[in-house]
Amino acid sequence: MYLARVTGRVVATHKYEGLAGVPLQWIQPLDEHGKPMGGQLVACAVVSAGPGDLVHYVDGREAALACPETFVPVDAAIIGFVEQAVANGVRIGREER
Amino acid sequence: MFLAEVVGTVVAPVQIAVLDGRTLLLVRPIKPDGTATGKTRIAIDSVQAGVGDRVLVLDEGNGGRQILGDPKAPVKTLVVGIVDYVDANGQLVYDHRRRAGAR
Amino acid sequence: MLIGKVVGSVVATRKDEKLEGRKLLVVQVHNHKNEPTEQYVVAADSVQAGPGDMVLYATGSSARQTSSTENRPVDAVVMAIVDSWDLGGANVYEKWSGR
Repeated sequence: MYLARVTGRVVATHKYEGLAGVPLQWIQPLDEHGKPMGGQLVACAVVSAGPGDLVHYVDGREAALACPETFVPVDAAIIGFVEQAVANGVRIGREER
Repeated sequence: MFLAEVVGTVVAPVQIAVLDGRTLLLVRPIKPDGTATGKTRIAIDSVQAGVGDRVLVLDEGNGGRQILGDPKAPVKTLVVGIVDYVDANGQLVYDHRRRAGAR
Repeated sequence: MLIGKVVGSVVATRKDEKLEGRKLLVVQVHNHKNEPTEQYVVAADSVQAGPGDMVLYATGSSARQTSSTENRPVDAVVMAIVDSWDLGGANVYEKWSGR
């Protein structure tokens, strides 16, 4: 499970059965300083969030368990909206765009 | 499982139901000598760990679901222990008791 | 999941029997800015994607969570055809624009 920021959204009308209606979003994983950690990826948004929002997500097979239909080919899912994270006295929060 | 240091806290008011009421911690993986290695993660606390603690982190879903008692929980990373001391190559490389100033 | 463009397909006559009948797509990974990378993936198809399609693929054991890849030696599966995406409100990719 990792901290990330939502950066955008993906529209795909033709998806694997069972994924209809599940929003897809671009996320940028962050380290404990709030700095980008690795490249951006696309995750299913089980909990709603928009660009700039801080979230946490789960990767691997576990991600599918968060979806409405659990037998789906999903390897990343946003499972929480993060109000703020504090590390070493530094606050990481929502970014206004 | 891997060794990590708790470096921060995460406040998430809206999340999947199984995480309601659970404490989330930012944990940074470390080598036995305490230097950072690998990606910082978010872990569910199951042992009342706090910032600055050196901990044992489980990063595998099946074991995590056993601890939470929910076979369907979409969780993966949990703090499962607070480290007292670490022995590597016959040497005591970390000792919480000494660090905390306790006798 | 990551996004990539289907640039072709792979045909292998001699392969594990559990892979028989699976369509294997060659996908060139694109980053969030829609720039092609040097990374390629061979992924099983679950959505009837074809050459030129921008697709989303899932990797790892998640890739076996479809009716056509369950219990088969597959570690990447195309699970959606992308219509468009935007970053911070600005459109990056639009299927019908030919970009």
